[in-house]
Amino acid sequence: MVANGGGAEARIDPFLVLGIETSCDETAAAVVANGAAILSSVVSSQVDLHARFGGVVPEIASRAHVELLTPVTAEALVEGGITDGVDAVAATVGPGLAGALLIGVSAAKALALVWDVPFVGVNHMEAHLYAAMLEEPDLKPPLVALLVSGGHTMLVDMKDHGRYRILGSTVDDAAGEAFDKVARFLGLSYPGGPAIQEAAATGDPEAIAFPRAMMDDGYDFSFSGLKTAVINYVRKNPDVSTPDVAASFQTAVVDVLVAKAVRAAEECGAETLCIGGGVAANTLLRERTAAECAARGLRAVLPSRAMCTDNAAMVAAAGWWRLQSDGPTALDVGVSPNLSLPV
Amino acid sequence: MLTAHTKSADDTRAMAAELAAVARPGDLILLAGDLGAGKTTFVQGFGRALKVEEPITSPTFVLVHTYDGSFPIVHVDAYRLEHLQELLDLGLGELLDHDGVTLIEWGDAVIPALPPEFLEVRLELGDDDDARVVRLRGSGSTWATRHDALQGALDRWLVES
Repeated sequence: MVANGGGAEARIDPFLVLGIETSCDETAAAVVANGAAILSSVVSSQVDLHARFGGVVPEIASRAHVELLTPVTAEALVEGGITDGVDAVAATVGPGLAGALLIGVSAAKALALVWDVPFVGVNHMEAHLYAAMLEEPDLKPPLVALLVSGGHTMLVDMKDHGRYRILGSTVDDAAGEAFDKVARFLGLSYPGGPAIQEAAATGDPEAIAFPRAMMDDGYDFSFSGLKTAVINYVRKNPDVSTPDVAASFQTAVVDVLVAKAVRAAEECGAETLCIGGGVAANTLLRERTAAECAARGLRAVLPSRAMCTDNAAMVAAAGWWRLQSDGPTALDVGVSPNLSLPV
Repeated sequence: MLTAHTKSADDTRAMAAELAAVARPGDLILLAGDLGAGKTTFVQGFGRALKVEEPITSPTFVLVHTYDGSFPIVHVDAYRLEHLQELLDLGLGELLDHDGVTLIEWGDAVIPALPPEFLEVRLELGDDDDARVVRLRGSGSTWATRHDALQGALDRWLVES
């Protein structure tokens, strides 16, 4: 990838940011040059660190971040060819689990102090928006983004760098959570997204007319009723084909996500619709987003799976932009478990 | 043990709102019941009654949501925790150490790790898709002393148990 972060072309030495992400399950570290070129991106679940530590590493507990962060960061620095420090250290300060966030933020501050470089606190949701820009260097606001993961479902109008308007978000369950819970109810594997997608491949998406909640009603989402509708349907029809349920459920979720996202892009006058978050790896969502955007003359930006799910490259990229606009974050700034996007 | 019947998700929220009037800072409420039983729905009604303005959403993935209402409301979800140790690693002591109410979804699965004083709210499917049977069981003296107040607050939903 060619380094191309607006305004950075004149710089002779690339400006290197180490990004650290520990807001939820993943422990991740990455080095990104000029907010655009990924030199390394290491995510704990993709690396076999268990052998190095022996025993079972708990997946959720904050303790896992403590155990994984040093090897993950070391690996990111080695892979990135970093021998004498970086130019700034960015870490996710929220939203997320307080104990988990604290570990990444504390480590980032310590490294910034040791290397005598700026520390930058990053908003996890803002970082997801910058993930798309890492893969499409010419991508610029204004744009509308649909962020869909296990913990979040929201539509964001990004007017400019650092300027957002949250158009809507889920009022109950996130889309990814609905995938996981329906998958578990159907006896499919975890994570539920890929499992539902696989089961749906041989099912009839029109077999069961599950509800499309709040379809024409603003930009908020509701997936709790759909989850309950699936459960009620299967309880009453125990012999129903699981692929049919999976396909009908998946289509109901995607119908709502795509309809609202495309409507948001049109009503906001955006020319680009980006998707992000783990659910953005869903094939039907990607195909339908691409098709609906093409039909309306909108540019659809569909990042790779690695950039959709939690990673630290997006944290480093967002950190680079925040450093340009706001300067370093004070070292006495704590974590913000309920942080929302700056508006 | 008190048993209540609710007719819809809104009715479950209304009942939770009445229960909130009996709750006090320091209370621990466990929510039990299958997927789709209405645990998050219950917390929505409970929180709204305590003047939480933002949407109360499922904490399944992020594990903990904190809301500022008349007093703090800490909304925990143990669904993804496979071992009690994970709840302790989450900082259970800190999660419970605040001047508000803690509600734990799937809390019945982690009772051994919890303090002995709590109210368990178990939601089960009722006669039709939207109806629920809600069973309330207090543990410890703080809920024993509030049994009559709870009964009075929830009177219109209660049935012979």
